[in-house]
Amino acid sequence: MLQRLRESKSAQGTLLALPTTVWLFVLLIIPLILTLIVSFGRRSPDGNVIYTFTFENYTRLFGYSTNCANGQPSCFDPLYVNILGRSLSLAFNTTVLVISLAYPLAYFIARAHPKQRNMYLFMVLIPLWTNFVIRVYAWMMLLRKEGAINIIIGWIAHFLHIPFTPFEMLYTPGAVLVGMVYEFLPFMILPIYTSLEKIDLSLYEAAADLGANAIKTFLRVTLPLSMPGVVAGTILVFIPVMGTFIVSDILGGRQVILVGNLIQRQFLDARDPTFGSAASLILMVMTLIVTYFYTRKFGFGEEIVVA
Amino acid sequence: MTSEFAVEMRDVVKKFITPEGNEMAAVDHVTMQIKNGEFFSMLGSSGCGKTTSLRMVAGFEWPTEGEVYIEGKAMGHTPPFQRKVNTVFQNYALFQHLTVYQNLAFGLEMEGAKEDEIKKRVGRALEMVQLTGMDRRKPKQLSGGQQQRVALARALVKTPDVLLLDEPLGALDLKLRKEMQLELKALQQQLGITFIYVTHDQEEALTMSDRIAVMSKGKIQQLGTPVEIYERPTNKFVADFIGESNFLEGKIKSISQNEASVFVSSINAEVVGLPISKGLVKGEEVIVSIRPEKIHIAEKDAINQNMFRATVTNTVYIGVDTKVFVDVHGAKLKVWEQNRISRLDPKSFYTVGQEVWLMLLPENTIVLRKD
Repeated sequence: MLQRLRESKSAQGTLLALPTTVWLFVLLIIPLILTLIVSFGRRSPDGNVIYTFTFENYTRLFGYSTNCANGQPSCFDPLYVNILGRSLSLAFNTTVLVISLAYPLAYFIARAHPKQRNMYLFMVLIPLWTNFVIRVYAWMMLLRKEGAINIIIGWIAHFLHIPFTPFEMLYTPGAVLVGMVYEFLPFMILPIYTSLEKIDLSLYEAAADLGANAIKTFLRVTLPLSMPGVVAGTILVFIPVMGTFIVSDILGGRQVILVGNLIQRQFLDARDPTFGSAASLILMVMTLIVTYFYTRKFGFGEEIVVA
Repeated sequence: MTSEFAVEMRDVVKKFITPEGNEMAAVDHVTMQIKNGEFFSMLGSSGCGKTTSLRMVAGFEWPTEGEVYIEGKAMGHTPPFQRKVNTVFQNYALFQHLTVYQNLAFGLEMEGAKEDEIKKRVGRALEMVQLTGMDRRKPKQLSGGQQQRVALARALVKTPDVLLLDEPLGALDLKLRKEMQLELKALQQQLGITFIYVTHDQEEALTMSDRIAVMSKGKIQQLGTPVEIYERPTNKFVADFIGESNFLEGKIKSISQNEASVFVSSINAEVVGLPISKGLVKGEEVIVSIRPEKIHIAEKDAINQNMFRATVTNTVYIGVDTKVFVDVHGAKLKVWEQNRISRLDPKSFYTVGQEVWLMLLPENTIVLRKD
């Protein structure tokens, strides 16, 4: 047995992959199948699942409603479609903003003196030492009407004799966007840094030698070679932003409801696991579709992972 | 071509700050003139300033003092992309995200060349380095030798006035390196472009160069043709760095117009009729330098002059040569004997302890000033 294992590369591979395979099967594949089954069920009046086969939850999600104002038997209710659309656009905006903030910083760190790089990376990671939820609450303290930002602006306005009414920043889509960008920034900085740091300095020299100025060198050499980092970072940011509900819960209140909040409320408040399951699966499918087209165009950033 | 010299360095100094905060001159008052169409090498061990000098010509570094001229024009702080020189990098520095064709086209696109012209010139360049048909490959799909050719073609496709090569063959295995040496030399002669070649490999420099600058500690130790450098080194460093030499300490006993006699204390004998360089005076302490392959071993005292009795202490057979180590009155000398006859017969070998006579030919023996 041991002898065979020593000789067979494929047996070694199987053994190494076994624990994770079991783990994923028990905790991912089986729950996913259960979710799928539940999503085709119907909620009983006391909040239990009646196992049938109906598409009701899905049609409801995409706007089919029987609860209409003017006595019609059915109509279009955009409530859930709007939530899906909002989640998608927020995830998109967050990702774009995070890239545009993370890239210059990652570039700066990658070009810094090697001795200073570790310190900068350390500083990028420091916020992650604090709990995710606490960090979001900190933003609440900053953004609310009596929060730090309004107080400081108030002082300045007072000093300049300008009338000032505190901004309503909390519980707006902007607050959720700021919170998301803040939470996910490190996950973009690190992969972009890794890919920039790997670029051999002689390539910049080669580009200059062949007649490229700084801008052309960036567009033709730096940017394409750092794309794996941007792609990896995008995957690390876009997917979680699509699903998270804590940031929008705390900073968006009742105003900014995302798919994540919808799912959470279906399970915990509305006690409708069938509708919650359907929403979960739609979220997954949406994320998969976006990721699929994105990675087909730009790859998986596998150069980062492999190297 | 407006200037007689393709590249000229006038009294160039390049200082760097070491991590300890000290100032260090990587290039220390270097002056050299590289003629148009010349194959010029800078030879030295790592840290001698050869690569820094090359990088100042390319424009990657700017001199702290002095000036670099290309085609007679002072370069000042001209950035690399505005210089009519191109570089073949030591690690090739190929763009991994681009195909071979795109790598070659890069420099032409930067010039704003039209697409059909780019196509024509890239095709010609690929043909020149024998890579026709490889244009769609990525650099990673090529062997080391092929990558080296792509790097060469990428620089040459720009038709530079001067091609700078920074140890371009360093990563290749010996056999391929020797082939490429001859190929590069042939290419340079065919194109008539000035090549400035940086290497630490003396054989490579001797094989290819029209002229060589031997460098050490940021300074040029000697500048001359390969023959001059090997046959007439002007100081002990060059004599020691290029090839191998035996050094014997002595004192000039008598001196005439162009000949000197030196008393070599370590072998307690006088060597006569030696050619001398200028400025040496009678009584001066000197070093007598002689190449191991230029010492003749004789069975017995045939001539009286410059023959010394020696004892064989060791012999090493290395195929082409036999290295014979001898002892002359306590001074250790090495003598390379070419194996022109088969050494299968043990009698053709010198045996340890055997008494032999060494003959030094005056024209092969160099008198150097003691540093």
